[in-house]
Amino acid sequence: MELTLAIAIGVLTGSGVWLLLRPRTYQVIIGLSLLSYAVNLFIFSMGRLHSGAAAVLDGAGAINPADYADPLPQALVLTAIVIGFATTALFLVVLLASRGLTGSDHVDGREPH
Amino acid sequence: MDFAAHLPVLPILLPMAAGATLLLFDERRHSLKAGINIAATALLLVLSIWLLRLVDVAGAPVVHVYRLGDWAPPFGIVLVLDRLSALMVTLTSVLAVASLLFSLARWHKAAPHFHTLFQFLLMGVNGAFLTGDLFNLFVFFEVLLAASYGLMLYGSGTFRVRAGLHYIAINLAASLLFLIGVSLIYGVTGTLNMADLAQRIPEVAPENQGLLAAGSAILGVAFLIKAGMWPLCFWLPTTYMAASAPASALFAILSKVGFYVLLRLSLLLFGAEAGALTGFGSEVLLIGGMATIAFGAFGVLASQSLGRLAGYSLLVSSGTLLAAVGLGDKAAVSGALFYLLTSTLAVSALFLMVELVERAQEPAANLLTVTMEAYGDDVEPEEDEQEEVGVVMPGALAILGICFGLLALLLSGLPPLSGFIGKFALINAIFNPAGLGAQTTGPGGMGWTLTALLILSGLAVLLAMMRTGIRTFWAPLEVIVPRVLVVEIAPVVLLIGICVAMTAQAGNVMRYTDAVADALHHQRLYVGSVLPEAASEAGQAQ
Repeated sequence: MELTLAIAIGVLTGSGVWLLLRPRTYQVIIGLSLLSYAVNLFIFSMGRLHSGAAAVLDGAGAINPADYADPLPQALVLTAIVIGFATTALFLVVLLASRGLTGSDHVDGREPH
Repeated sequence: MDFAAHLPVLPILLPMAAGATLLLFDERRHSLKAGINIAATALLLVLSIWLLRLVDVAGAPVVHVYRLGDWAPPFGIVLVLDRLSALMVTLTSVLAVASLLFSLARWHKAAPHFHTLFQFLLMGVNGAFLTGDLFNLFVFFEVLLAASYGLMLYGSGTFRVRAGLHYIAINLAASLLFLIGVSLIYGVTGTLNMADLAQRIPEVAPENQGLLAAGSAILGVAFLIKAGMWPLCFWLPTTYMAASAPASALFAILSKVGFYVLLRLSLLLFGAEAGALTGFGSEVLLIGGMATIAFGAFGVLASQSLGRLAGYSLLVSSGTLLAAVGLGDKAAVSGALFYLLTSTLAVSALFLMVELVERAQEPAANLLTVTMEAYGDDVEPEEDEQEEVGVVMPGALAILGICFGLLALLLSGLPPLSGFIGKFALINAIFNPAGLGAQTTGPGGMGWTLTALLILSGLAVLLAMMRTGIRTFWAPLEVIVPRVLVVEIAPVVLLIGICVAMTAQAGNVMRYTDAVADALHHQRLYVGSVLPEAASEAGQAQ
């Protein structure tokens, strides 16, 4: 499971960084989205990987925290997803405004010669 | 619970409530919206001065801890009000008053939702200064960034949108680095509370220290992008130049948010008691800061327009501050904080001046100051289409010229104004880290280099400002007297006036910044205030 997750995060980050460095605004926004997926998975993995473990303590008697998943990274991921979604949407609007004003989808607003 | 106990949360709640209220009113009701914004900003200024007086008491430093929802730290989120955060909140509200006054002349009507974005930006900045939790810091960072995207693009136009696109892309990438850093630190230490982190970092197992250092470094890069350290600063001058005048005057505080977090975290987490990681990253800050000063100084000299010059002088100030954090001793931090106040106020005033001065310039002067003679003089000045309402300033050119000269003195650090005192305090700290009169071995190579850079960057700023000043105020044969409203020049005079007052009251201000620097070097005080139980347990164990 660790290997699969690590490869998934690596591939997403690699593709994201490559796309982020491309000259077209659409590629940049897809790159940023891929990067934010990678980061969300990464935050999630920082709570250590568990399968089939509850995140909420049942409060019955003495408990061993190792039997439970860490709920905090899950809360952090949720916040990061919401904020990432909102800022990506905002970037999309600026992207369209830039396309409309400059007539080019190049990140510098003009075609390279 | 009495009212005073809830004071630390008010600098966040007040702008949030004001911003939300402003959304309810129709865009056409300019004066009502402006009135609400003025009331909220003025109240924020009063509140922040109150907070400043609350923490500035003689004797042991006061740290007010506000538990949000009364959850006990380290599980709940806390707000921490100490001398440093109170100082930064006050600086923010002063800049806010100045840039709001300026915007009342014209800018606040240029496009919808200026006042709302303005208040939300204040909320994010104040939250970032007050929070004591790393993830909460991320949330406030996003609040201030989201508002700053709006303000950056405010007024629209091709140039602004193009610069805004770069600004947003860079900040989105920086936010992702922020998240990676925070989650790595959480993965190693299991906490996000800054005080708790300071306690746990010395106990991190040696095999995990590399991971912790990597997480902190990635987190640091996110703030260095914000603070504009070379080579992460190429976006900054263009963005600040492209933004409208009131927005860029307020943005002068944004790069200081990055500096504030670096100062706070590097001294709290990697201070004297951090074990193997003591002093982590200080060389990077010192060398990076010096590179930023050099880059900023070259940029200032190469700038053709005043807006770009202001952006690069912001980089010079950022570099100076970062290098001072890299030095890390008390005297340097104290001097840096004094310099921070002066340079932020002066750069903010310069951003406001840009628009006024450009009204006095011939249009061609904006493009090419140096090679302007190559162009004909027959370019007609653009007629201002918009009817301006308000009192027009008499003798505008004289007042603009005086303000410009004072700003040149402040930014280049020449006597007698407070820019000189700030730089002098810094250089004094380099030569006499233990205070005047104490035997020292003299500054090392780094110290000499930094001193040279501080003085040379001042010279570069002075040269560039003189060139622009002569070109604008002395050289033109037919002087275009700009229409400057009282409400536009008043904030510039206000900001410069505060710098002059700081010069007169330098002793008191230095006493305050000394106390800030002293408290920053006593991590135990901060930790003990946030986590009283843990501190007393540690005391018993020893």
